[in-house]
Amino acid sequence: MADTALTAPLRSPLSHAMDRLAAATRTSGGAVRLAELPFLTQINVRLDPKGAAADAVGLALGLQLPVEPGTVVRAGELTALWLGPDEWLVVGPPGGRRGLENRIREAAGDEPVSVVDVSAQRTTLLVAGPRAHDLLAHGCSLDLHPRVFGPGRCAQTTLGRTQVVLVARDDPRAGFWVLVRSSFAGYLADWLLDAAVEWTG
Amino acid sequence: MLLIPCPWCGPRDEAEFHYGGQAHVPYPEAPASLTDEEWARYLFFRDNPRGPFAERWSHAAGCRRWFNAVRDTSTNEILTVYRAGEERPATFGTRPVKSARPALEDEAVQADTGVWGQSPQRGPGAEPLFSGRGGVGEDNQPFRHPTRGRIHRDEPLTFTFDGTEYQGCKGDTLASALLANGVIQTGTSIRRGRPRGIFSAGVEEPNAVVQIEEPFPEPMLPATTVELYDGLVATSLPGQGRLATEPDPARYDAVHTHCDLLVVGAGPAGLAAAAAAARSGARVILADDQPDPGGSLLGTGELLDWVAETTARLDAAPDVRVLRRTTVFGYYDDNHLLAVERRTNHLGAAAPEKVSRERVHRIRARHVVLATGAHERSLAFADNDRPGVMLAASARAYVNRHGVLPGRHAVVFTTNDSAYAVAMDLAAAGVAIEAVIDTRPEPGPWAERTRRAGIEVLTGHAVTATEGAPRLTAVTVAPYGETTGRREFAADLLLVSGGWNPVAHLFSQAGGRLRHDEELGSFVPDSSRQAVEVAGAASGVFDLGRILVQGAAAGARAIEAEGYTPQAPRLPRVAAQPQTPSMPVFTVPGREGAPRFVDLQRDVTVDDLARATGAGMRSVEHTKRYTTAGTANDQGKTSGVLASGVVAELLGVDISALGTTTFRPPYTPVSFAALAGRDRGVLSDPVRTTALHEWHVAHGALFENVGQWKRPWYYPRDGEDMETAVLRECAAAREGVAFMDASTLGKIDVQGPDAAAFLDLLYTNMMSTLKVGMIRYGVMCRPDGMVFDDGTVIRLDQDRYLVTTTTGNAATVLDWMEEWLQTEWPELKVHCTSVTEQWATVALVGPKSRELLGSLAPQLAVANDDFPFMAWRDTTVGGIEARVCRISFSGELAYEINVSPWEALALWEALYAAGAPYGITPYGTETMHVLRAEKGYPIVGQDTDGTVTPQDLGMSWAVSKKKPDFIGKRSFARADTVRPDRKHLVGLLPEDPGTFLPEGTHLVADSVLPAPPVPMLGHVTSSYRSAALGRTFALALVKGGRERIGERLYAPVGDRLVPVTVASPVLYDPEGARRDG
Repeated sequence: MADTALTAPLRSPLSHAMDRLAAATRTSGGAVRLAELPFLTQINVRLDPKGAAADAVGLALGLQLPVEPGTVVRAGELTALWLGPDEWLVVGPPGGRRGLENRIREAAGDEPVSVVDVSAQRTTLLVAGPRAHDLLAHGCSLDLHPRVFGPGRCAQTTLGRTQVVLVARDDPRAGFWVLVRSSFAGYLADWLLDAAVEWTG
Repeated sequence: MLLIPCPWCGPRDEAEFHYGGQAHVPYPEAPASLTDEEWARYLFFRDNPRGPFAERWSHAAGCRRWFNAVRDTSTNEILTVYRAGEERPATFGTRPVKSARPALEDEAVQADTGVWGQSPQRGPGAEPLFSGRGGVGEDNQPFRHPTRGRIHRDEPLTFTFDGTEYQGCKGDTLASALLANGVIQTGTSIRRGRPRGIFSAGVEEPNAVVQIEEPFPEPMLPATTVELYDGLVATSLPGQGRLATEPDPARYDAVHTHCDLLVVGAGPAGLAAAAAAARSGARVILADDQPDPGGSLLGTGELLDWVAETTARLDAAPDVRVLRRTTVFGYYDDNHLLAVERRTNHLGAAAPEKVSRERVHRIRARHVVLATGAHERSLAFADNDRPGVMLAASARAYVNRHGVLPGRHAVVFTTNDSAYAVAMDLAAAGVAIEAVIDTRPEPGPWAERTRRAGIEVLTGHAVTATEGAPRLTAVTVAPYGETTGRREFAADLLLVSGGWNPVAHLFSQAGGRLRHDEELGSFVPDSSRQAVEVAGAASGVFDLGRILVQGAAAGARAIEAEGYTPQAPRLPRVAAQPQTPSMPVFTVPGREGAPRFVDLQRDVTVDDLARATGAGMRSVEHTKRYTTAGTANDQGKTSGVLASGVVAELLGVDISALGTTTFRPPYTPVSFAALAGRDRGVLSDPVRTTALHEWHVAHGALFENVGQWKRPWYYPRDGEDMETAVLRECAAAREGVAFMDASTLGKIDVQGPDAAAFLDLLYTNMMSTLKVGMIRYGVMCRPDGMVFDDGTVIRLDQDRYLVTTTTGNAATVLDWMEEWLQTEWPELKVHCTSVTEQWATVALVGPKSRELLGSLAPQLAVANDDFPFMAWRDTTVGGIEARVCRISFSGELAYEINVSPWEALALWEALYAAGAPYGITPYGTETMHVLRAEKGYPIVGQDTDGTVTPQDLGMSWAVSKKKPDFIGKRSFARADTVRPDRKHLVGLLPEDPGTFLPEGTHLVADSVLPAPPVPMLGHVTSSYRSAALGRTFALALVKGGRERIGERLYAPVGDRLVPVTVASPVLYDPEGARRDG
């Protein structure tokens, strides 16, 4: 699924913040882990969940697109996030955007679907560690208690003053993915680093 | 903050939603067939009912679905929600009004027949005042009790007040430490300059409001709430503080918190409520404003073992959080409460730098139990403001919490039972109680008991005068109702109890109703629509045994409602106490001419209130505003009900008919720093940047804020001012080649078999006829025909378009598209997806741009015939996959190169390197504005303001005559939009080519200003200096402007009238040869 060879190294939205995120992780003594997970493949899929395309796309991806609001379905390297009643974000490892987009489009055939590569639209921050909940609670009004927002949950909401897609990872200790619009990523990184000061000194 | 239940995502904060106005107002099927009046009714008229109202909402920050909600416009309650396209439900429930005190109805009140004749802590009989033991002694803290109190005698603290250094102990407040040192006066009053002393022991303090000078200056803090720390420096105030002039170095932050049960107040009721809910699995928060739980018990010294044991159990319980030093100060919709936790204030200069000093908790609670206690009320008697006059229970709190005697010889003045326990406890602690003065003729068993303890009780008496300068020295009493004193007592302390006011502030803020309780002579919580109960003294219950049972029942009921099983907490057995009804007294007759203060902090007296009623005021809201009673930073906690009572007496009505003034957040003052939290400086508003931002910074760009974006404004070279830099950048674009980061433009992918039909409805122009591979400029209007956004539309495929929006409008346009698709045209098979950040865009502009592009894109045929204006091609530029659009916003030969933002810097640097031989120049938004204005291209939001049609802009060519309908079409036939005197966009040339017209300048017809009102013809919307034209020029909206081309108008600039000539808006290359060639 690799894309055509690239001539220049790719630069992610938070490449300039990598060192600061790593330093905060280090100085927190394990309380928080912050890192950018750059270049993940992200394909936005819009289709009728009751139509033929839903099953066909599911079959092609090897997972059932989640129909329960705010849930995630994982299979192999792919994660499908519920974004709306007819909208999903399929997330995969870096380097597979062209292939994944085509796979979904071909599976849908002539059905009226929308398949859009949005891999660069958002970047992903990993927020993990025992203090991950407390850190996000500084700016997220959702109840992130594992009882309410445990593995398998995702939500589009607001963190600080920017919109994000929040994903609880499979193991509660593995923390969260925070998907953020690339133009807001610098702000959000600054915001997270500042919120974490109590643990990172 | 409302909690709005999205039909898809469930309950979310109101801030995640956008309001869409009245629901079920369908877009007319055939707008063209409507009369102007019918169309205007659709455009401009909506219902505005009181009560249930169906409206549209969008979960904008979530799933982006539009849905309908029925909201009660009088309560703001969301009664039901339903998905777009669904019928409005015929019936829906409203939230029931629930009693604030259900516990009172079903509780089994503990009937203990035990002996009550014991003083709660110790038997009567004075203890020696001075122990003679080491440590705290007579010279140091002479008013310190040798054994009582919860202070840490082994941790002495040094502090300074009004320049004098004193010693206190850890566990003191500033007020208790001052009292320990014999200092009671803490300032003078704001209007009359009268000496004032410590009046209470808590947040209700009206007098002892001081200025903290060190370690960090803070004005107007009640000394009764300032925990003592080493090195504290404070000064007294004349009723008014001083703002700090230096920036506050401390951190402040905020967190969101969720719980099944929030208990506010950790007194007996609150502790019992939390204990009943603990260890059930339910998440419980117990918040209290003091360092230690216990509430009133800390002041009375009762049940301290139970308090300690319960606190330890709560601290150890896994799902319970005890928030100490935390004041819940606001109660909002849907059980959203704000609390401020003072995390490091009490550490003074030793506070750690990285820990927030104060933290605001935004608490969303499924259930709330308010156990906020009661405030003692004062009485309006003559000269009731001398230092030494103190609320009775507060004096007891000083003795039992802080081990401080607030005086040596006390007179107690009461209208109710509660002060008798104070008298006996203080007597036991060594204060000589000279007498208890009770207004009641027959005070009952408590008076008997007090007499048996050797204290004189004068029944049916009242205080008629006080003496002392400044501190109280004598109290004169007489039978209640008489004004001439009969007996005088020497005393340095006058303890007053005029009854108790349940602390109903939060309940009232929550929308709860209060009712007047005859027996209490005060207002108690009655009913509310929110999931809240009130327990303990806050509910008007003052019997300790009943309080405990009531609190436990309230806590249990709350978590049971959430499906948890409560535990019966261990509650101590408390002897029932005898009760004799209190006497409703507010004003007390006394010495002629002596002021009787109602609001100490505002210096408002009974006479002031009499002036208000004399002037015709008939409501406490009016007397409050007339006299300022209750408006100080204590918000009338001790004086509010007293003021109501006084006004009721003055008007000759019952206080129950008068009510209270409105309780509004915050319950206690909260600093702006705490409310601002971390939303300061760079974090106050997100800064959006493009993938090329660092390059711009490194190359000296100055930035302009466009919405939240930082866009390069211009790139000054050494020593250049803005004018020179922009002229240089403009010249490069017109004569050579220049490039700009255009990544901020909004981009939306529109996909589906009905994409063309949808865009035909949305844009004024025809988009369905656009050929794949081509681009069209488009204008969007609101249904009223006014321009809303513009941009280019690229046809990628038969069923796929990419549309661009203005930088600031990207989200609004996407919402707009979704609203029409989801609510009006759900049958259209088309989807819209934001791809703004999926692409980075570089505008390459100038006569040399083709040559430069060609050199970097060997596979691209760049000749005009191969790649004409308004075409796009997929290719590689500098080895990078790119979509190149031949678009021009400058009127020059120009391209927009779109690449992945991950490779944007590589592309930019490739262009910069390959363009060097051509003198490639980066340019910013200012140059972009000049270039587009020279061509008369309007900027939506600058040259338009929501009152401008495409025709007004001279863009009739962009309005389709063929389409049967599109949004806005019907409005173009309205009488108002076809008026000949509408304002048109035109060019303006100042007669003097060097004169610059400020944007916003008005335009008038004559060279001499007529007498006002001056007829205005229009105003300047854009104004620049043009390198290409060699002069200044402007764009303006002018009445009938196109008919005025060639006319002279005048622009008042300062005190001059600048002559200008109206011109076509297109001032540069009107034939378009440069752009299209």
